Parts: sequence; structure tokens; C-alpha cells
Amino acid sequence: MTQAVQLLVGTRKGAWIYRSDAARQRWTVDGPHFLGNIINHLVLDPRDGRTLLMAAKTGHLGPTIFRSVDGGATWAEAGRPPAFPKAEGAANARAVSHTFWLEPGHASQPGVWWAGSSPPGLFRSEDGGVTWEGVDGFNAHPRYWDWCPPGEGTPDGALLNQIVIDPRDPAHMYLATSTAGVFETRDAGATWAPLNRNVEANFMPDPYPEFGQDAHFIALAPTNPDRLWQQNHCGVYRLDRPSDTWDRIGKAMPEDIGDIGFTIVPHPRDDATAWVFPMDGTTVWPRTSPGGRPAVYRTRDGGGSWERQDGGFPGEQAWFTVKRQAFCADRADPLGLYLGTTGGELWMSDDEGAGWRQIAAHLPEIYSVVAAPL
Amino acid sequence: MTRVLIPSQLTAYTDGATRVEAQGATIAAVLDDLDRRFPGLKFRVIDEQDRVRPHMKLFVGQDRAHDIGAALAGHEELMIFGALSGG
Repeated sequence: MTQAVQLLVGTRKGAWIYRSDAARQRWTVDGPHFLGNIINHLVLDPRDGRTLLMAAKTGHLGPTIFRSVDGGATWAEAGRPPAFPKAEGAANARAVSHTFWLEPGHASQPGVWWAGSSPPGLFRSEDGGVTWEGVDGFNAHPRYWDWCPPGEGTPDGALLNQIVIDPRDPAHMYLATSTAGVFETRDAGATWAPLNRNVEANFMPDPYPEFGQDAHFIALAPTNPDRLWQQNHCGVYRLDRPSDTWDRIGKAMPEDIGDIGFTIVPHPRDDATAWVFPMDGTTVWPRTSPGGRPAVYRTRDGGGSWERQDGGFPGEQAWFTVKRQAFCADRADPLGLYLGTTGGELWMSDDEGAGWRQIAAHLPEIYSVVAAPL
Repeated sequence: MTRVLIPSQLTAYTDGATRVEAQGATIAAVLDDLDRRFPGLKFRVIDEQDRVRPHMKLFVGQDRAHDIGAALAGHEELMIFGALSGG
């Protein structure tokens, strides 16, 4: 059985596609696509296996979406990219700076895509990403400006950085933001409610507010969609629905490593297993590999304990980190794990994280890595 | 007709042309005419609130233009530049 995979790599200076052989030992490179463009996300539609959407902008030009319906051979621009409605006055007049996250819709809804933007905005397409409309249930919510205050957010702007769909119910979704944490809808986005109980925001007067957290990344366990994993600005969490109270599983990480990071990757077949890539969140927040010694940490018991996995990574003086969209798994067996670094290196493991080898180096800063079957 | 200078950042929309002509009594109308012929171009330069994007510059003649509602009367050239935008 072939394990061939393609890696869709978005960087600060363009996109690349790496395609493997059946054994995932040899890789061919296709790119750069849109050299010089800032590519925040490049995603394959799993429902047809050939449509790619790419969230792009440049230093000068405004944001857009490029589409390919032939696996990246040719590209066309979306007819109407995500954009906020024209505001009545200058106050609160939002303009999309960049689309950050692209999410194919539920398996039962071909052609539907969702997008998250900076400043935080939720957008939906019903025609495969050609035209986009804002989702008023979030963007025009009466509390929007409390959830997403102007002028706050990451150095690249405040984000609606993720959209997650329950595979059992297309109306049940979660989203993550950098200014208000996690939200949930059960009516396909018409209404949203914060879902942040027991998640720390140690930069707020009340460190456990209803909203205000910075949810770096959330993921459902593929075999158990009632289990959510979260890498938050302040730590690693797990939530088992129907509970609404997150558990700080990162407290079990080694004290000298901590549980700060950008992303978390669940195992596709084991809901007790997940990986994180810790970064240094002490003092002035270097956001580098702690001590200059990169490693992933794996839990196999739902976050009760963690083990260090650094085989193949440099043992010293390696100061990269991994951004929130740049660590992922394929669905093959044995599992493939992939991560892209801020230093432009692409790494993989085919033994559940024990050993790592470099696929590519010298790329621009990597923003996103998505694994898809070939 | 207004002559429009197209910067390198936008020539992918104009089949490589760096100088084109467009019709319109205002900057916005000229940009709309360009967008009809070169779909997508305007949104890369002007945001959804009709503001010139931060790292783009428009000049009508020798004068910097911030308001795309401004009339072009008496001027025959609109220049679009990509300004400094970082490394």
C-alpha cells in the first residue's frame, strides 16, 4: 500500500509542494508558487482531492485567495476574496489584512469552505472558494468588539486563526482567536459562545476570564471528536465534551521546558496521543526551542505524562521554532509527522516522533505545512 | 482617457503592461474600469473601506492622492506605486 503524501508548504515568500514516493523516502519539489507572496495557508480539498486554496498577500498588495483545480498546475484568483462590508463611518471600519486559515467544509457539503482572517473575521464560500461572504453570526455579533478589540493581537495582527468542524454534525463547529480564545456554535455559525472555562490568560486582571485568552491552536481527536486539544498562549489543555472545563495537561511537562508553544498535533488513530513543539516562553519570550535544543514532546495518556523526542534534531545551538500551522500528521500507517521551522527547514518523522530527518532546508520562514494524500 | 502607470507588483494582472489607459472622472472610476478589464486588481490596491492600502501610493500628476473619490479633472495621468514594505 502506498504511503505517498504531498506537503503543502506556505512561507513568508511563496508556496512549495513536496511530493513523496510510496515509501516517503524520496521527495520531489514543485515550486516556488507565487514567489514573494506571503502564504499563510495552502490547503487541499479532501472531498475532491484536487482543489487547492491558497491564502496570499504581499508586502504591498492586499489579501486574496488563489485557487487551483488541477493540484497546483494552474492557478486562478478568487472572484471575491474575503472582505468585510463597507462601514458607515471611519470608526470600526474593518479591512481584511490577510486570510490566515482555510478550512474545507463538512464532508456532506461539497463546495463549502470557511476562512478566518486578521483582523478576526469568519467567512464562508459555497462555490469552492470563488466567492466569499462574511458570517454575521460572528463578525456582527453584539459582543464582537469586546471579543476582538481593535489594536490588540499578535505582531501580525489579531487573528481568527482556526476553524474546526465536528465530523458528525456540520452545524457544530469551534473557532480559535488570539484575542478571545475558543468559541463554539451549534447552528452552523449563526450564534457563538465562548468556551474558555479554566483556560488561563495570565496577562489579564482576572486570569481566568470568560474570554480574552489567546488560543494558539485547537484540534479534535480524529477518532473521538468529543476530545479537543489546545495549545494556548499560556499552556497545553484538553477538553472532553460535554464538559466545558478545560484541563491544564501541560502541567505534566518537565518544568524546565514548560508548556508554551504554538501548536498541537493529535494522533489520527489514537485519541490519547498528541505531540507539541515547546518553545521558550520565559522572560522576554524568545519563542525559540528551549535551550537551543529542539524537540517534540509526546503524550500517550491524554496528557497525564509527556516524553521528549529529539532524535535527529540538532543537539545544541538550534534556535528555531514551529508556528501554529506548521506541524501536522498524515493518515498513513506508520504515521508520518511533519514540521516546518521559522528557519525554513522541513522535517519529518515516520516512527511516531522518535526520529526526525530533514526533507528540505533554506526555504523562507515557514508559516504552514499541510499533509495530504497523493 | 487617463493614462495609468502600473507598478511591477500589478503587472501580473495587465499581461505585463506597465502603462495602460482607463476611463473615469474620478480615481475610483478609473480603478473600477481597470478592475473590469483586469479582475482583482483594484482590491489589491484599495481595501473594502475604499482606503488606499498602507504600502501603495497613488499620484495624480505630482500630487499624492489619499481619497479615491477625488476628481481627475485636468489631469491625464494616474500613477500607482508600490512603496516600501519591509524585508
